[in-house]
Amino acid sequence: MARIKPLFSQGPSATPRLVIAILLSIVLMGVDHRHDVLEPVRQTLSAAVHPIRLTAQMPLSLLDAATDQMRSRDELTARLEQLRRQQLLYEARLQRLDALEVENIRLRELLDSSHNLANPVLIAELIEIDLDPQRHLIQINKGSNDDVYAGQPVLDANGVVGQVDEVGRFSARVRLITDPSHGLPVQINRNGLRAIASGTGQRHRLQIKSVTNNADVREGDLLVTSGLGGRFPQGYPVARIDNVTQRPGRAFARVEAAPMAALNRIQEVLLVRNRGQTDTEPEP
Amino acid sequence: MMAAEHRGGWLIVVSIFAALVLTALPLPETASAWRPEWTALILVYWCLALPERVGIGWSWFVGCLQDVLQGPELGTHGLAFAIAAYLTIRLYQRLRVFPVWQQALAVLVLLLLIRLILFWIDGLLGRPTPNWKHWLPALTGTLVWPLVFMLLRRLRRRFNVR
Repeated sequence: MARIKPLFSQGPSATPRLVIAILLSIVLMGVDHRHDVLEPVRQTLSAAVHPIRLTAQMPLSLLDAATDQMRSRDELTARLEQLRRQQLLYEARLQRLDALEVENIRLRELLDSSHNLANPVLIAELIEIDLDPQRHLIQINKGSNDDVYAGQPVLDANGVVGQVDEVGRFSARVRLITDPSHGLPVQINRNGLRAIASGTGQRHRLQIKSVTNNADVREGDLLVTSGLGGRFPQGYPVARIDNVTQRPGRAFARVEAAPMAALNRIQEVLLVRNRGQTDTEPEP
Repeated sequence: MMAAEHRGGWLIVVSIFAALVLTALPLPETASAWRPEWTALILVYWCLALPERVGIGWSWFVGCLQDVLQGPELGTHGLAFAIAAYLTIRLYQRLRVFPVWQQALAVLVLLLLIRLILFWIDGLLGRPTPNWKHWLPALTGTLVWPLVFMLLRRLRRRFNVR
């Protein structure tokens, strides 16, 4: 290395560059935090980093593929048989539900209230990559190409998973209901009591806020979405209450619930189209 | 950026790509909090080795890519990495002659600074305060620094990046 490096080879020195970077960051963060103006930029960048996601996912998907290959024929036939039986069971149940739904719509028409029971759904798969461990986020393999939109409700077979946080072209990021910054308007299925289910940062815990000490809340009560706020359609199961502690000195009781959705082993999720209703801001 | 005497830019790009992949690689939930801040390590290495090539601009851009990958507001990691790159460039002549363990201490300070900036930004944007695990990546990052340093130095010499 006999070459002498020029001291000021590339224009402005470090300090002005740093100042520019800091200012740019602050402006970007501020704008990104408050508005959706940067959405196209994020979408483009999100498409640009998609190869990184696919590469990161590769070891695990290879492992999955290998396990699938190893599975014996008998095992698969048994599984198929089991699924077929389950399907039959569900179809039978669905028939009854169809009748109920028609009846429900008729009754609601009589009461003159509009209610949308059938929401079109889209199935998405999880992209197995790790995001910020401090936040509860997952990445799914459907994006704006499949008409996914920010704020779209996400469910799994058992209940509400979360809502779409950010949409890229080929993928989207979902904020789980257990994320500490997520709040979901719910009601108790038994008596219609309304509350907010907030994330705690733990995978198995939701905290139900603003429930008074003398409110009619019991352990084992099912919480369903209340449809308030307009983001989530009404009536999807969210969580089951497993701990109610009266706190005589305080205004509100301490109520905790366990999410119905299997949040730590999600493979596939359902995206529900709930647009056309009032589109308001999510709960902070 | 691509002056005539510059060579081997692909190695820089590949190493940054690898760092981003390692950042997104799925790990069990308990291990995930211990993940070193790979991108910061790689960027600090390149700022140290080739300060006239990789500097604040690169670090800021890679930080923004990580923001898109991981989810916080655009510019969060960009800001943190740019400041770390600035300090590295300011001190690279001294850091280069340090023995590896002393270098690792300097890297610890840089990584802690990055965590501190992220912590502040979280606070300013009104997010809930993270727990003690927030600081772990800085510690594990310091522990793997000697490895990263040796590996990248060997690669850089092998492919004559300059």
